[in-house]
Amino acid sequence: MRTVSEVLDAHRRDPTRLVQVLRDVQAASGQWLPPRVLTHVANGLGLPRAHVEGVAGFYAFLHLKPVGRFRVLVSDNITDVFAGSHETLRALSQRLHVEPGHVRTDGAVSLDRTSCTGLCDQAPAILVNGRAIPRVVGERLGAVVACIEAGTPIERWPEALLHVDEGIRQRGPVLSSRLVPGAALRRALEQGHDGQTKTLEASRLRGRGGAGFPVVTKWETCRTAPGDSVIVCNADEGEPGTFKDRALLSCCADLVVEGMTIAAHFTRATAGFLYLRGEYQFLEAPLRTVLEQRRRAGLLGRGILGERGFDFDIDLHLGAGAYVCGEETALLESLEGKRGVPRHRPPFPVTHGYLGRPTIVNNVETYADVAVVFGEGVEAWSALGTSKSSGSKLLSVAGDVARPGVYEVPWGVTLREVLALAGAVDARAVQVSGPAGELVAPAEFERRLAFEDLACAGAIAVFGPQRDLLDVALNFARFFAHESCGFCTPCRVGTHVAARSLSKLHAGRGSGVEVAELETLTRLMRDTAHCGLGVMAPNAFRHWLHKFPDDVKRRLSASFSPAFDVEAALASSRTEGGAR
Amino acid sequence: MSRSSFTLDGVVIEFDEGQTLIEAARAAHTYIPYLCAHPDFPAHGSCRVCTVVVNGRPMAACTTKASAGLVVESNTAALTADRRALVQMLFVEGNHFCPGCEKSGGCTLQTLGTDLGVTSAGFAHESPQRPVDASHPDLLLDFNRCILCELCVRASADVDHKHVFALSGRGLHKHLIVNAESGRLSDTGMSVDDVAARVCPVGVILKKRVGFSTPIGQRPHDVAPPRTQVEGQEEP
Repeated sequence: MRTVSEVLDAHRRDPTRLVQVLRDVQAASGQWLPPRVLTHVANGLGLPRAHVEGVAGFYAFLHLKPVGRFRVLVSDNITDVFAGSHETLRALSQRLHVEPGHVRTDGAVSLDRTSCTGLCDQAPAILVNGRAIPRVVGERLGAVVACIEAGTPIERWPEALLHVDEGIRQRGPVLSSRLVPGAALRRALEQGHDGQTKTLEASRLRGRGGAGFPVVTKWETCRTAPGDSVIVCNADEGEPGTFKDRALLSCCADLVVEGMTIAAHFTRATAGFLYLRGEYQFLEAPLRTVLEQRRRAGLLGRGILGERGFDFDIDLHLGAGAYVCGEETALLESLEGKRGVPRHRPPFPVTHGYLGRPTIVNNVETYADVAVVFGEGVEAWSALGTSKSSGSKLLSVAGDVARPGVYEVPWGVTLREVLALAGAVDARAVQVSGPAGELVAPAEFERRLAFEDLACAGAIAVFGPQRDLLDVALNFARFFAHESCGFCTPCRVGTHVAARSLSKLHAGRGSGVEVAELETLTRLMRDTAHCGLGVMAPNAFRHWLHKFPDDVKRRLSASFSPAFDVEAALASSRTEGGAR
Repeated sequence: MSRSSFTLDGVVIEFDEGQTLIEAARAAHTYIPYLCAHPDFPAHGSCRVCTVVVNGRPMAACTTKASAGLVVESNTAALTADRRALVQMLFVEGNHFCPGCEKSGGCTLQTLGTDLGVTSAGFAHESPQRPVDASHPDLLLDFNRCILCELCVRASADVDHKHVFALSGRGLHKHLIVNAESGRLSDTGMSVDDVAARVCPVGVILKKRVGFSTPIGQRPHDVAPPRTQVEGQEEP
């Protein structure tokens, strides 16, 4: 095991690498970050100690209090919940003799919940010491308990437990691409900058992260901005219900890296980052292998493909449990070793990004698409899709469907067609693009997935007739309250107030007062929140309120009951007094 | 040559290139309500109280640069309602007992609440448990009143060059911390003479052995509340 000083040296004592340093120091120093270790890190990096503690306190996977030697986190995503994650949590709690939120007295194990782990098609999933374990029910749950009680280090757990399926159900131009590494890059180099611009324009490619910004515009703005450009791949796939980037990075990492390298050539960038969400730690080693192979093949490093001056390399950063870091400016803050708080915009990252340099931040899928566009030809690409949404889209389909998994579809398919593909026969609602997206009712199933109609970043969560949509809304609202960075008042407090109001409705104690409060919060957060997370957070419940009025009515109590619960307020003093 | 201008609630406001809306309004002696903004520090943009409607779109006046021809609304019923809700949120997330607070009469949150007609909590009280830090010989930290504006963080880092304060946690668990392994203010380099010691707009950072020394009617905001500080005293 490495010492703190060795970790610091391995990161060249570079303060911008603080998040990576803290991850590694934590792994080296007994799975949590005691006060003296934070002091050591601060001194080693020349940072104020309070800054280091503030950063460590921001990320869910960095611990300022002791945790178990085995840290078990159960995915709290709604499709995991419907697949039995609450039962999994209860069973683990009973069999491991540890309460959720606590450490067992012998220090062997701690148990808690976590936001979506990106294994919705293999639910219910858990993380053990950062490693994803799918389908933790029945015998597999027993095997997890046995490994923990035997003290087997996670690296030596049976492969069958740790194996994550790619989960690909339908392939299109991206997932079926047989491009050899370097082929697309070679064609891009042959075209030169003007040719590349023409190809990108003809492809009409738009960013796949959700906003749908035209790729060529972003890249050209970055290229012409003063300063050394930086290429960032946003692999912080945190939107609950999304796992298509997991599949893409598992099966086609070369395409992603190739797209980034083309972006580097376009902008003459020398530095690149791939920011991988902490939950996907199991992809770290394979990705490092891909990067190393490409260096050896002359596809990364100095003089790429023999072109003088084409120098570019990619640094892999891991997140540490913060949904907000999927917001591009929060991601950049995290890459710089800070708390993942979204920046004020303007200026935009494309001119003032990583360390103030012009920066392209694109989604994993966008880069893979770029490689396919150059490698397979722009005509085939732009022939697919609709007039405003060209090419294909990867969807993560989960929930009440016969065949959950990743589907590559041409833009423009209807939601009904997607449901048929996945074998959803009687959906009563579909959450498109995760909690920040839109809850879609059956009357809208003919809507088309396209930027001009139903824009979709990738998640399709299907809810069957047996599902309570208030369970869904409450789960989403709690998710946002948990993941709010806390920077601005409306999001920090508003997400919490919303979760409490929904919880009251859920308990049958809510009335029109709560509904009115939720409507007020929707408007207030939309108009005053600092970033997209706060603006979108009311999407957790507003579509339910508006599209399912009969559902809402059924949940209302005829009379107002106060939020203050005298029994709950007295509970702690009763426990301390010995009474139960 | 005449300066560029925008309109704020129909009044023409001239501005210098690079000024934000709130800076330009202040220079023109026009008050836009705020909490985390401070004329001596760069914009922070966290409280959102200064939200105004710019050409039909809500924006924070402290982080939005002025530009020619903008139509800005601030004094509207809808924005006042938004600001009231934001101030209520700040009240319920901490523990604010104005009658017993040493900062009463000099507290920006209290004065703004009065201005906006905050007469009830509006939301359920969080009643968080936040122990005070009385370790420092000259200063008391009462975290119950913190509104997370980071003025002390910024003052200590940028002016005092001591980095005594920072924020940790996130969401509703976000909280002020001090620069010491012990977590105690007495183990930091904080001095009562630091700018950070007098920049708090609420009652978190307090001088020991002083309190309730100014009679009601003569306290700072009795004499000159933030609005008057910007707009200037009316001629008698």
